[in-house]
Parts: sequence; C-alpha cells; structure tokens
Amino acid sequence: MPKVNLSHFEAAVLFALFTSIVMGVVTKRSGRDRLTYGLYCFAWFLAALFGLGWLMHFGHG
Amino acid sequence: MSSKQKKPKEPMPPLNVWGPALALAWFIPGGGHFLLKRYGRAWLLLGSVVAMFLFGLMMRGQFLSPRGGDLLTVLMYYGGFLSNLAAGVPYVLATWLGYSQPDVAGAIHDYGTKFLVTAGLLNVLAMVDAYEIATGKKS
Repeated sequence: MPKVNLSHFEAAVLFALFTSIVMGVVTKRSGRDRLTYGLYCFAWFLAALFGLGWLMHFGHG
Repeated sequence: MSSKQKKPKEPMPPLNVWGPALALAWFIPGGGHFLLKRYGRAWLLLGSVVAMFLFGLMMRGQFLSPRGGDLLTVLMYYGGFLSNLAAGVPYVLATWLGYSQPDVAGAIHDYGTKFLVTAGLLNVLAMVDAYEIATGKKS
C-alpha cells in the first residue's frame, strides 16, 4: 500500500468531500436536492475549515 | 382535542424485506443500493466509502481495538472498533491481508485513523438509507 503525505488542508478537504457526497446521497429524496445538499455541506465544511484555521492562527498569536 | 396526538406505531416490516439489503449494505459499501437497483447512488456510496478507507490506509491510520480504562477511553476505543467493523469488506480484507499500524505520533497518522473510523460511520448512514428504501419509507 503506497503511503501518502497530505497537508492538514488537503486531508481536511478530502474528508469534507467524501462526507458531503454521502450526506447528500442519503439525506435527500430527489437528485437535485441531493446535489444541492452535498454542495451545501461541502461549503460549510470549507467555511468551518477556514474559520477554525484563522481562529487558531490568531489564537496562537 | 390535543393537536399532539400520537400516531399509531407502524409494525416493523418482515426481516426478509430489509435483511438482505441491510446485510449487503454492511458487507459491501453501497451493496444494499445495488441490490435495490439504485445504481447511481450505489456507485457514489461505494466510491466515497472505499476512497475514504483507502486514504485512511495510505495515511497509515490505526485500526482501533477494544480497550478498557476510563469512560472516555472505553467509548473511544470500543466506538472506534465498531466503526472500523462497520466499513465491511474493506476492513475484513485489510485485516486479513495483515494491515497493522501501531499508534505513532503525527498529524497524518491521526487523520488516517479518523478517515478509517469515518468510512465505517458513513457506511452506517448508507445502511440506514438502504433499510429505508427496502421498507418503502424512501424511494
């Protein structure tokens, strides 16, 4: 099994991507709703990622 | 008359209606959806869960095994073990092929462990979805 070395950011984006796909697929009832909800989840994951990233940046001084 | 009247509880559908879909959904991520002929969703679930699991392995994540101790430790290790198990055939194959990663310090190893656990949890969501489709609560 090859080893990958991802940055924090890359790993978190991959996590957000796969989780958003599954959440979109299982929670909504039509194809369009699934796509919209998957994108919505992904956008919120990214917003949280950047928000918490900046919070830690300022928190550490 | 109260507007909060309880609906009568629906009887549980027979096991042979949802059992095979649920079992296959556990064993093969997306398998329940394949059985129920929801091919598009099945491929998305299979791809997402297996990709997350493979990234977890490639980041050298650790499979958690049951461990005693304080409440938080028990919750984390038993929960992690059950979540790993919930990934189905990827977990069985990886264990059978001898994948074993000791707990080492490092952010990427930690991410790997979380990816492996989350792959199982996402498969649980897929199993619930397959159950709801099989019992007619969802299309």
